[in-house]
Amino acid sequence: MKKYLITIIALIFCASIHAQDDVYPAKEYKGLLFITHGTIHIGNGQVIENGTIKINNGKIEQVGQNLPIPADNVRVVDVKGEQVYPGLILPVTDLGLKEVAAFVRGTNDFQELGDLNPSIRAIVAYNTDSKIINVLKANGILLAGITPQGGTISGSSSVVQLDAWNWEDAAYKMDNGIHMTLPSFIRPPDGSAPAPPTDPTKDALNKVEEVKFFLRQAKAYLQEPSHKKTNLKFEALKGLFDKKQKLFIHADQVKQMLIAIDFVKEFGFDVVIIGASESFLIADLLKQNNIAVILQEEHALPATEDDDVDQPYKTASQLQQAGVLFSLNDSHEESRYRNLMFNAGTTVAYGLTKEQALQAITLNSAKILGIDDRTGSIEAGKDANIVVSHGDILDMRSSIVTHAFIQGREVSLENKQKQLYERYLYKYGLK
Amino acid sequence: MRIFWLNSRKNLFFLAAGLVSSVMSSKAQETFPINDIADPREKIFAFTHATIIKDGSTTFTDATLVIREGKIVSAGNNISIPANAVVTDCTGKFIYPSFIDTYSDYGVAVRSERSGGSGFYGGSTQFNSATKGAYDWNEAIRPETDASKLFVTDEAKAKSLRELGFGTVLTHYKNGIARGTGAVVTLANLNEHLVMIKEKASAHYSLAKGISSQSYPSSMMGVIALLRQSFLDAKWYSTRPAEEGVNLSLQAWLDNKSLPQIIEGNDKWNDLRADRIGDEMGVHFIIKGDGNEYQRIKEMVASNAAFIVPLNFPQAIDVEDPNDARFVSLREMKSWELAPTNPAAFEKANIPICLTTSDLKDVKQFLPNLRKAIDNGLSEAKAFDALVTTPARLLKISDQVGSLDAGKLANFLITTGPVFNEKTAIIENWVQGEKYDVKPEEWKTIKGIYNVEINGAGTSSKYILDVQSNNAAKLIASDTMDVKFSYDGKLVGLSYSLMAKTKKDSSAQTSRSLIRLSGTVNGSVWNGNGEDSSGNRVTWTASLVKAGSISADNTKKKTPPVVGKVLYPFDGYGWEELPKPENLLIKNATVWTNEKEGKLENTDVLVKNGKIVQVGKNISDASAKTIDGTGKHVTPGIIDEHSHIATTSINEGTQSVTSDVRIGDNLNPEDISIYRQLSGGVTSSHILHGSANTIGGQTQLIKLRWGVNDEELKFKNWDPFIKFALGENVKRTSSSSNNRFPDTRMGVEEVLMDAFQRAKDYENALKAEKPGTNTVRRNLKLEALVEIMNKKRFITCHSYVQSEIVALMRVAEKFGFRVNTFTHILEGYKVADKIKEHGASVSTFSDWWIYKMEVLDAIAYNAAIMQKMGLNVCINSDDAEMARRLNQEAAKSVKYGGISEEDALKMITINPAKALHVDDRVGSIKVGKDADLVLWNDNPLSIYAKPLKTIIDGTIYYDIDRDLMLRKNIIEERKRLVQKMLGEKKSGSPVSPPKPSYQILLGCGDHLEHNGLITINKIDDNTTNQ
Repeated sequence: MKKYLITIIALIFCASIHAQDDVYPAKEYKGLLFITHGTIHIGNGQVIENGTIKINNGKIEQVGQNLPIPADNVRVVDVKGEQVYPGLILPVTDLGLKEVAAFVRGTNDFQELGDLNPSIRAIVAYNTDSKIINVLKANGILLAGITPQGGTISGSSSVVQLDAWNWEDAAYKMDNGIHMTLPSFIRPPDGSAPAPPTDPTKDALNKVEEVKFFLRQAKAYLQEPSHKKTNLKFEALKGLFDKKQKLFIHADQVKQMLIAIDFVKEFGFDVVIIGASESFLIADLLKQNNIAVILQEEHALPATEDDDVDQPYKTASQLQQAGVLFSLNDSHEESRYRNLMFNAGTTVAYGLTKEQALQAITLNSAKILGIDDRTGSIEAGKDANIVVSHGDILDMRSSIVTHAFIQGREVSLENKQKQLYERYLYKYGLK
Repeated sequence: MRIFWLNSRKNLFFLAAGLVSSVMSSKAQETFPINDIADPREKIFAFTHATIIKDGSTTFTDATLVIREGKIVSAGNNISIPANAVVTDCTGKFIYPSFIDTYSDYGVAVRSERSGGSGFYGGSTQFNSATKGAYDWNEAIRPETDASKLFVTDEAKAKSLRELGFGTVLTHYKNGIARGTGAVVTLANLNEHLVMIKEKASAHYSLAKGISSQSYPSSMMGVIALLRQSFLDAKWYSTRPAEEGVNLSLQAWLDNKSLPQIIEGNDKWNDLRADRIGDEMGVHFIIKGDGNEYQRIKEMVASNAAFIVPLNFPQAIDVEDPNDARFVSLREMKSWELAPTNPAAFEKANIPICLTTSDLKDVKQFLPNLRKAIDNGLSEAKAFDALVTTPARLLKISDQVGSLDAGKLANFLITTGPVFNEKTAIIENWVQGEKYDVKPEEWKTIKGIYNVEINGAGTSSKYILDVQSNNAAKLIASDTMDVKFSYDGKLVGLSYSLMAKTKKDSSAQTSRSLIRLSGTVNGSVWNGNGEDSSGNRVTWTASLVKAGSISADNTKKKTPPVVGKVLYPFDGYGWEELPKPENLLIKNATVWTNEKEGKLENTDVLVKNGKIVQVGKNISDASAKTIDGTGKHVTPGIIDEHSHIATTSINEGTQSVTSDVRIGDNLNPEDISIYRQLSGGVTSSHILHGSANTIGGQTQLIKLRWGVNDEELKFKNWDPFIKFALGENVKRTSSSSNNRFPDTRMGVEEVLMDAFQRAKDYENALKAEKPGTNTVRRNLKLEALVEIMNKKRFITCHSYVQSEIVALMRVAEKFGFRVNTFTHILEGYKVADKIKEHGASVSTFSDWWIYKMEVLDAIAYNAAIMQKMGLNVCINSDDAEMARRLNQEAAKSVKYGGISEEDALKMITINPAKALHVDDRVGSIKVGKDADLVLWNDNPLSIYAKPLKTIIDGTIYYDIDRDLMLRKNIIEERKRLVQKMLGEKKSGSPVSPPKPSYQILLGCGDHLEHNGLITINKIDDNTTNQ
């Protein structure tokens, strides 16, 4: 097994002198695969020391200690002393839609014109060759929710796996939800253009009413199977009313979140709140209404100068205490989402247990995105989406990913940054 | 033209017109032809039996004031009254010199327009002034502006000020940084010629650009630099340099030098900035404040300046909705509560002040606010001084106004009582011997019980009328009825209905059923006519039965209201009293020394007098406070090489070379980021100018001494640095219409070559200059560059791609110096060997990339490669959020590139100390160094670590336990103030809508910041980064 490992490492170093275009998506792995001797973090809070995972044709078949391993014709990856986690999930992102963030418009496809765009689909613009994807994979992020922006209703997101040739190949769950952004209830600062409304609350409520009116018409339209004039926008909302899609509402302010709760009450949608930086103020209310939350960014400043200086770090633990289903995201524009696990790590210093923090970037995200039947934890029946780290994946000192598997395929951890590293170690004779 | 005298309305109109013309003609000017019959009058008036407040210290009772031809003849007791004087009996009345407003724009108001921006993110830059003529290059430098030439009387405005008791104002054109001269004018309704009593009384300056359309300056630093340079330019111009030709602005600057110099600070920190400019340039400024000076009154005392203080106290905020109230900061609520204590704070500190109506949204608020100030501790004597004596003295017009001494202008008030009492009314305001009625009805009270008799066609009815004030009376018949009553000093009117009040419905009182009477008052007897409820004519009389007592003002002196404490900083996390250095002994901790001893287990650190005095085992010291460090870690304080916190502005991005601007000129020691970063273990931050231009501004190293003032924030005895920048930002990639040179990296290099060449030539010219002749224009921009070439100032340069890095190094080498630090330097790994050879330090982000084109090749292994190549590597934040997790950022070099934990910690402590030339004092735990220490609960490189205490110079500025206490205090104090504001709203006082207290987060313009809901990211004063 050791030998096998060494070959893999050697292979990676060989590949490194090539350009990133030579980093290939892994081929399907048929047959049995065992990952042995690892500390297995299931993703649901449980930990199995010195455990083994049995994988058959890409699916997890069994997890436990001392599983029997057949003598031949199986692949065994011994990860003795290492930590094994479910593949991390980046739940809300413009990955593959936005390459160079600022001032290179040609590489930006994340935000469409128009206000009510339920028929827009992010998946069709998802670029599997984005240079960012491999960097994320090397940190253990294996799945992502590709999300459109812009307008009030931005369109539908899809979940992708991060080792693919093209977007059809990448799609893990197509069109899992529709995204909506609520208007602000906060008075903008003086001197803003356009001039701030005299009553921001009233203006926001008018806007909400306009959206509700649109949804009511869609609902009526969908009562009839055929139409003389087909309305693609209304058609695109069918999944919401059928509860086959979730409504992801981007909202931070308390008043916005109250409106989100109201959408559940009127339309019966499955609502998830994204952002939710002020959710700690109404955690109980969210729990009572069974609203799940995706916190966008742990590493943020407090909203007000009077707030506890560590408020954004501890919001997750306050939600946990209230029993709200939540997951963590990394939407940091400059490090480009590679610090998802460290966002989770920070919440541990501010109240969560390590396993709770892990769950917030694995199983909880899977539940919220509607893919927990297939991934999010290392449990029998699920896809073998697995990450192996040298040590604690939440702490940067030891968060060094050594293996990653997507649907049982061991994927390359190579990326442009590693290649440039190798290139200059070579230049300076440092290796 | 025929005049129909029977038309009574017209009649009145002509009467009024006649009065006006007589006023004008009686003071007609000699040179003006008369289109009328000359009506010369001597205007001799005597006011007798009054209480006369002659000046701040002299009061006469039962005294007489005599005026003649607009001037005071005499005031006091035993004064002979000229036979030809019109005598007014002022029994019970008070006479005061009228007030002087030192900060008015009366008659010279500025039209409001938007000022020019910097063009950083879009628009173009306007490089030149839009002012035509032989004037200053900068549109905001306009010392030639002469208020006396712009001044036009404005009776409506004059009247509103007279009603408050003002008689004289200093007015100036409130636009620009150098604003020219102010004129002293009275508020008389006379020709401009006559009201102007001093054409050039003052020279005005400000720290605000005004309506200049020119782009430069766009920041507070730029304003200060421009002011300083202009002072120097004027000095140089006094030698009449041929190359300048005629510069009317600089000439005016010189001409204005002997006048009282007034500068508008408009904020406590700006006040101090203004004062420092004055100190440097040898000018003793009178400072126009903002009203928040009470928050730093000690510093105001130290400025030794006199202040002009507005009374624009904030309104209570409508905090009814808790979701809106959440965004109103404690700072704002406290400001509301404490603003009225500002004048008293000046008095207590013994600082001379003038009060002004300036900045009030509605000047009518002046007297109520003045009374509020008095309720909050301002003495009436000080108020009088601030409105009369001090302004006259400071403006050097005491020969004309400021007391009722003989020979001065007859500018005085007749009041019903002590002038600042709530119940006192100003009856008349005399300006230059002209009478202006304010509340003439207050001459005599008509309060009392009257018998009213109404006689109609054969009927007669009698009532008793109880007159309570000039606007309120009750009619007593079989019942007591409310009457609509009015008395304006001459005419009395009343109307009432005799219909039974079955309903409380006022509409029942139709005009048909109303009895309406009007009449004149002649002593205690009134006569008049009217109509009864059926429309029949009636006549009526009223005669006084019993006079109402002239109620002496019995409003008791209120005890000052209970208010919260001033905190330093003025923020929930501020101190009531600043913390002091302590002797501290941290016992039994893991000590990361950063010295050759490395990481020491179970070790003690002893701190005394702000220094580390001992590191070792089993140290004991009875004088020291012991802190148990068991299971904990001690590291040197974190030093952030690249930060943009704690300032008022960060980018002067309008020109490509702005080496004259200085971050140190505009520190903001109250930025909450300081406290937040202390909580992350940061003790020193290098505050850099932004990256908007090739040669940016001078930087400032600070220690995060939370609570001190701006000067005390500075790291003492530190080699000065300057910020340079290269690449996308300086060529304005973000702008679609850049017109500022350079537009490419080719141009950037040439900007550098040109600037240093000019600096070289400048240095040579200075060397050749005959000492003391001042023939070479002092150039603040080039002076900074000369310092760089002489290794007295050091460069930290924002840089990304390899080409530009190498180009700058070669420019530096050509001019004989080295680049001290490359900051960001995300492609540093590509040219690490060349940087090493050049001898620069590097300071980088841990893992940022691909947020713009020039960081496409940025890699997280950058720090590791550069470290392996032997460079002095720092990890910096450039981000107010990330700065509180710099330990985590350093730890990433363990993950990316396998740097050891100890070396990783050095990247945020001793390495930046070296890069900043302060490693002899900070950056490691070594005997003799500053006690800048952090006590951590865990391995500081771990994501689970957080600081328990952050110590600077032996003073504990952050303590996790105190932080918990402060959180509770904030909740309590907010609760108290919310209740107080709700009470204010309930009492019917006007409240302002709940505006969020937006926080400004300054950034260099390079990338997004990660902040909460009510934070505004700003690059400079005009550009918001969204």
